[in-house]
Amino acid sequence: MQQPSPETRLRLYADMVRARYFEKRAYDLFLQGLLKGTTHLGLGQEAVAAGFAAAMRSDDMTFCTYRGHNHTLLRGAPMDALMGELLGRENGICGGKGGSMHLTDVAKGAMGSYAIVGAHLPVAAGAAWAAQVRDTGQVSVCFFGDGTTNIGAFHEAVNMAAVWSLPVVFVCENNLYMEYTPIDEVTPVEHPAADRAPAYGLDGIIVDGNDVDAVYEVAQRVLSRARDGAGPSLVEAKTYRHGGHSRADPGKYRPDEEVAEWMARDPIVLYRTRLEEFGIQPDELDRIETAATAEVDEATEVSKSAPAPGPDTLMTNVWADGGSAWRN
Amino acid sequence: MAELTYRDAVARGIAQEMERDPSVVLIGEDVAKAGGVFKTTAGLLERFGPERVRDTPISEEAITGMIMGAAMNGLRPIGELMFSDFLATCWDIVANQIAKTRYMTDGQVSLPLVIRTANGGGARFGGQHSQSLENWAMAVPGLKVVAPSTPADVVGLLAGAIRDPDPVVFFEHKALFAGKGEVPDGEIVDALGTARVLREAPDITIVALAAMVPKALEAAAELAEHGIGAEVIDLRSLVPLDTATLFASVSKTSRLATVEENPRLAGWGAEIASIVTEEMFWDLDGPIVRVTTPHIPLPAADELEDLAIPSVERIVDTVRRTMA
Ligand SMILES: Cc1ncc(C[n+]2csc(CCOP(=O)(O)OP(=O)(O)O)c2C)c(N)n1
Ligand SMILES: [Mg+2]
Repeated sequence: MQQPSPETRLRLYADMVRARYFEKRAYDLFLQGLLKGTTHLGLGQEAVAAGFAAAMRSDDMTFCTYRGHNHTLLRGAPMDALMGELLGRENGICGGKGGSMHLTDVAKGAMGSYAIVGAHLPVAAGAAWAAQVRDTGQVSVCFFGDGTTNIGAFHEAVNMAAVWSLPVVFVCENNLYMEYTPIDEVTPVEHPAADRAPAYGLDGIIVDGNDVDAVYEVAQRVLSRARDGAGPSLVEAKTYRHGGHSRADPGKYRPDEEVAEWMARDPIVLYRTRLEEFGIQPDELDRIETAATAEVDEATEVSKSAPAPGPDTLMTNVWADGGSAWRN
Repeated sequence: MAELTYRDAVARGIAQEMERDPSVVLIGEDVAKAGGVFKTTAGLLERFGPERVRDTPISEEAITGMIMGAAMNGLRPIGELMFSDFLATCWDIVANQIAKTRYMTDGQVSLPLVIRTANGGGARFGGQHSQSLENWAMAVPGLKVVAPSTPADVVGLLAGAIRDPDPVVFFEHKALFAGKGEVPDGEIVDALGTARVLREAPDITIVALAAMVPKALEAAAELAEHGIGAEVIDLRSLVPLDTATLFASVSKTSRLATVEENPRLAGWGAEIASIVTEEMFWDLDGPIVRVTTPHIPLPAADELEDLAIPSVERIVDTVRRTMA
């Protein structure tokens, strides 16, 4: 497999930084009461989203969860429209009808963020089935958590994808917790996704989810396997969330040493160190960070000053005719 | 004009649409090689090939989820759920995902798909293979709900459902599969949301759906012997709902009865009664009456199931009592 080119390396770094800054801002806005409802941050898990996004073709399809800001942003969804959606503004990517857990940008191949655990695995398989029937060469990539490997839809979807040899990649982001419960307390195998893969005739692939080069390498491999008609893959990326499960959860149910160990393996810090070892100048990386801050500031300002969605939008887009009528 | 069974009409409707549109595909348990457990899809595999007509594992969430994903990416898929009762195993995909996605993405995602499913009682299958669940689907914004009563309507409404740009749950009634009816030659396509007046009469409107339609017609014939003229409307779809046809009838008859196979509470007839009460109260000469299955799970034994599901006799009695 190809090592990332210097341009790709800079992109991977920039993508992780953009996602990190975007979500840190989302957290601040939540604490300020401007972001309502709930939010599930992928802080610490950016390398998985960045590594895959960089390896995907522009017409490939991403399916992700409520913890999906990273994935949607890094497929190319405009940051201001994502921020607008988080804040429930008119400029939101879904007009304020989706919210933090439901970012979608079909034009960019971000085919939705799904908030019912497991639901999107069969949906991703179905999009891959259509790609197979229509011979489009697209691959469908589906991200989900470790906890998701214990719900029926996971098993139905992986089985079906394997039997039909579908061009779909299932990516389990194993952050060791399903909400507040450690995954190893509720799962009989050590690697919740990879150890189940052989049951479906698949290889159990494990990758360091905090090493963006490693993720990028695996992503290239499984994407081309799918594109070549060799069928699905199930990848387990070991990673960790820096914060709690959602909202302002401080994540106190996690042992201090465990948190410290993973914080020391922050994917962005690790990658910056590596890039500097490769001879990339620190100011080049600083410039990336400054640009990301500016982009987040701009997205925040635009969204804060955007109007609320107009009341006329409440009743639109239930049906294909744009309306919501159920009777004549 | 040919005489077809309701079951053969299903295959005819699907074949008609597969013939004209290569993006129409069909998946489900035993639908391909076996031709369906009710033989509603017999011959489709041979005619359209294994890529378009495909057997699945016993995975209702995967069947419904896959047709959703496929509809997002350029196909017009049909998924079969062997029994409508199995909707309960994939209700998340149907009610949370398929129904809501267009709205929640503010129109970014279109889901032109059809879930076909064998519905209804009368076959002595007991409580988990006999339910009439149109009202489950009707209760969820974003789903269209169709339930034909004749072979001709099966073809036309199935074609209408497949061509519809929105998700449709298409209920095929098990008790009607063997029944025959005239089906016109050539292409048949019906618009969803068009009820049909099957019998005109001045005294009371009886609204029915699927297997309750022939019973309502039989009841109307008997009522005529008692000097009561009952008009019978086959709603054909609950969403969209053809209230115009309903209102036109009730403004003539000033009386309304609904005949529903579902259990009593929150059945579709309650919604009809509420709409007519709100908008036509002053035109009514008496209370709206509902004939339903009692609020019980369906039993298996012949005598018990027959007691539970609305019968011709029960329709006649209910109407006569309200007219007295
Ligand atoms: C079917 C279902 N059950 C429960 C929940 C509540 N819930 C939301 S997230 C979550 C934990 C999921 O854990 P995991 O799959 O590991 O993903 P992570 O949140 O760690 O990214 C739970 C139980 C849900 N949304 N859907
Ligand atoms: Mg987890």
